Amino acid sequence: MDVVINGEHKNVSSGTLLELLKELELDPRAVVVEHNRKIVRRAGLDGVTVNAGDAIELVHFVGGG
Amino acid sequence: MQETPSNSFISLAEGDTITTAVETIRDEPLTIGGRTFQSRLMVGTGKYPDMESMVRAIEASGAEVVTVAVRRVNLDRAKENSVLHYLDPKHVFLLANTAGCYTAEDAVRYARLAREAGFNDFVKLEVIGDEETLLPDVQGLLEATRILVKEGFKVLAYTNEDLVTALRLEDAGCAAVMPLASPIGSGLGLLNPFSVRTIKRRLHVPVIVDAGVGTASDACVTMEQGVDGILMNTAIAAAQDPVTMAHAMRLATIAGRAAFLAGRMPRRDVAMPSSPTKGMLD
Repeated sequence: MDVVINGEHKNVSSGTLLELLKELELDPRAVVVEHNRKIVRRAGLDGVTVNAGDAIELVHFVGGG
Repeated sequence: MQETPSNSFISLAEGDTITTAVETIRDEPLTIGGRTFQSRLMVGTGKYPDMESMVRAIEASGAEVVTVAVRRVNLDRAKENSVLHYLDPKHVFLLANTAGCYTAEDAVRYARLAREAGFNDFVKLEVIGDEETLLPDVQGLLEATRILVKEGFKVLAYTNEDLVTALRLEDAGCAAVMPLASPIGSGLGLLNPFSVRTIKRRLHVPVIVDAGVGTASDACVTMEQGVDGILMNTAIAAAQDPVTMAHAMRLATIAGRAAFLAGRMPRRDVAMPSSPTKGMLD
């Protein structure tokens, strides 16, 4: 199914957000997930289903001042 | 191999006794939003030539508070991209910023994402109003502050050196107010010592000067105004030798603080001899 991750269309097969992170080879402890503009807590990642057309932001800390 | 001057300089510093202002002079540690810090110097993590010099520079600076930015994960190489791959959050206090945000709404969104990373509820709030000067949008800043304070954030607000804005930010519940020395990344030093002093005199929350420092003397002069601390990034990261500059900044921050506490002599327009005028030969 087609979702938008960090502004880019991606074809993913995952059922939940936790599975999506696994599919993208991302450590759930190292990223913060925003799903359709709503922050999803780490503990809740396996309870949120990914649907076609969803907008997902995956962020982390980078160097800054 | 011969040791480089910068290395010997740094190793000299490791053994000395002036690691913090608190150890050598009668000073209180810096407390912001209930957290106490020994170092009055805070540093950023951006713009370093490489991650190794960033890590070594932070160490040399003696800073405990280290700022980071919230950005999208690069899906191809997420690990290398993350600053946490190089910094241990057990050893530094991560202060997330909202750099790059131009509206209160965006800044609030970034702050919430940062808090969700799970380290603390502090945020260095930036709401930028102008792309060229990166000067703050004070209206957006106040709006975002009110929202974030209500949500339990400890807000450290980056602002200009305007007293009335600083007072409003304090009223809005900021844990610290961060007036600029000069525009972000400009290296112009403290352009308006009078205004920064006035802000410090009138506010009750800590005043941390953020942005604009170019070299060690700038940091020293800034601390001499009596402010509680100083935050810098480019002055260290863009120096020819960031590690040695970080060391210089650490000393300058301590020196400026000590000079402030010592209380400087009054300025005079005429000379006054330091040696006795009596007892001169005929």
